[in-house]
Amino acid sequence: MSALPIAIPEMTTAGGFLLVLALMLPFLGVLAALVLGGRNAQRVAFLTIPSGLALVVAIAVEAVQSGGKLVYLLGGWVPPLGVALRADGLSMVMLLATALIILAVAIYARADFPIPAGADEARAPLMFWTLLLAVWGSLNLIFLAGDLFTLYVALELLTFAGVPLVCLDGRPETLQAALRYLVYALIGSVLYMLGAVLLYGAYGTLDIALLAQRVQPEPAAFVAAALMTAGLLAKTALFPLHLWLPPAHAGAPAAASAVLSALVVKGSWFLVVRLWFDVMPGVVTPAAAQLLGALGAAAILFGSIVALRQERLKLLVAYSTLAQIGYLFLMFPLAFDAAGNVLGHGAALTGGLLQAVSHATAKAAMFMAAGLIYAALGHDRIADLAGVGRAMPVTVLAFALAGLALMGVVPSGAYIAKKLMLEAADGSGQWWWTIVLQGGAAFTAGYVVLVLVSVLRRHSGAMPLVKPVSRLSELAALALAMSSLLLALAALGPVPGHLVSNLLAPKELGALLAVVLGGVLLALGISRRPLLGTERADTGANGGPLRRAALAAGVAFERVDIHARRWPVASMSLLCLALLFAALIVGGR
Amino acid sequence: MNAVTFYGLCGAALVGLGLYGLIVNPQPLRKILSFNLVGSGVFLLFGVVARRGAALGMGGDPVPQALVITGIVVAFSATALAVALLLRLYDASGSASLAPPQPVKPPEA
Repeated sequence: MSALPIAIPEMTTAGGFLLVLALMLPFLGVLAALVLGGRNAQRVAFLTIPSGLALVVAIAVEAVQSGGKLVYLLGGWVPPLGVALRADGLSMVMLLATALIILAVAIYARADFPIPAGADEARAPLMFWTLLLAVWGSLNLIFLAGDLFTLYVALELLTFAGVPLVCLDGRPETLQAALRYLVYALIGSVLYMLGAVLLYGAYGTLDIALLAQRVQPEPAAFVAAALMTAGLLAKTALFPLHLWLPPAHAGAPAAASAVLSALVVKGSWFLVVRLWFDVMPGVVTPAAAQLLGALGAAAILFGSIVALRQERLKLLVAYSTLAQIGYLFLMFPLAFDAAGNVLGHGAALTGGLLQAVSHATAKAAMFMAAGLIYAALGHDRIADLAGVGRAMPVTVLAFALAGLALMGVVPSGAYIAKKLMLEAADGSGQWWWTIVLQGGAAFTAGYVVLVLVSVLRRHSGAMPLVKPVSRLSELAALALAMSSLLLALAALGPVPGHLVSNLLAPKELGALLAVVLGGVLLALGISRRPLLGTERADTGANGGPLRRAALAAGVAFERVDIHARRWPVASMSLLCLALLFAALIVGGR
Repeated sequence: MNAVTFYGLCGAALVGLGLYGLIVNPQPLRKILSFNLVGSGVFLLFGVVARRGAALGMGGDPVPQALVITGIVVAFSATALAVALLLRLYDASGSASLAPPQPVKPPEA
């Protein structure tokens, strides 16, 4: 208890070595899986993943006992000379969620990537299990690393592990999607690195805690903040930098899509959060945060409408991811109070984190369910899904629950996240984000209703299932969807009671009804095929004027999306966004 | 103009050239090379930072030099992965283009 707490050099805390174990375990698993070969890769994964989950729980317990923060100094060297690993509340939540989702994906993927029966080794299973462990290890590094350069390496590791997951089946389309993903992500990471170099040049350290003390609002920090933010947005695929996401996430095998969509995009999002709230809260401005929020709102609008226009289930889910990424960025403007100060521990930050976790679980479940439907039918054409509801009730239930969780209606984790953000919007007088938050749910309801209606339609005659699906995989998807809903219960502790006092009040039920009704109207208006009819050739020419207008709007959004995903447009957007962020950071103070 | 400013400008020029190439070149291999050009520019800037931050009597700040070596390893791995993907793509499809395989069909109402 010294009088000068700042002068005490940071030390390794009790239990800090657990952080090192959490990093080493997945990568030891990668090495073991590679060395032991194809027949053992799955066994190695099933050995490491549950023990990793136990380890993360141990870290959380240790951190709660020791006051919320664990630190480990590698080799005992103090930053800026050494490198620190740190776990705070933010990293703890993400570590836990990641370990849980990786476990569920592993259980789901047992049937898709089995131990090869006849041969000694099969390429796809060996690579899948190795890369799954690699993704998990890189994410842990992102959540724990204490300096910007280690974070750069972690970000690259995550990309290198994620890109091959896209093209596991080796079809030309997926190879191309993977290459587009890789090259675009590389532009993003090189911009991030350029920002880090500028910060080192100005302040002589890359350690997050030290930088937070030293960073001043001056040109080097402005440029660094703009470059790093824009670069990370390219890796997160926030609209309009999403050229790689739909083909990559829709083309990958279902288990890989679940990992990519639920976890990999969260890695770079987490880094934006670190950067804005931990490294340079004094540099970023409310104006720049408004731009981030506006991009998020545009992502919700475009992602949802284009999702409604899709004919394939997996593409629909991929575009829904695009929309949900938008939600994650609404927390940035809301984290500023009315006076323009960043609130590092406000309702918006808690809400954003809860949103990230509930989206991760729900989206993983949704991709799993979509993958099961694809596997069972041999196709995923939304128009031809009639009868699936009767043939695969568990899968459809998982999809429906995941959809409810994404909508943020009672009583899911996303519901509490939305409440927290609405509270932040009220508190800081930013009413326009209230509209986005409320309206977004109706768009989500739109594409969930679209799928459910076609799945629950009665099928005349016997259902032609090409392949029986594994019951275990169905249950894994269901469990994840349930856990996204149950997050509401888990969050009751830290959440102020007045937010969720009465879930069944007429006002809440009315909001639910409005969201679903809005969704049905949107689906009726924008979807490519009429929602309730069975006539396939109907193109809306004989619909009413409202339907024609909605269709025209849908087509226009789709055109803009195709245009925005062309390479030159997307890369110019990236550079323009970097410039815009710089301008708003300089001009907004 | 002293040496530090000169190398700094060279680094900036490399970044600019590389970004130009990344945006306008349609061939993936050229994009990969452009990425390496940008990377080299960033590493050169890091070298400049090291030189500027050198303490009295030392040739340079050693930390950026260590980081540059790590960065080069990362950029090398990225290039290797990208080229491997490109070769697989060429083998599988007979063309090495990043444009969508069938021209994006215009959305019909």
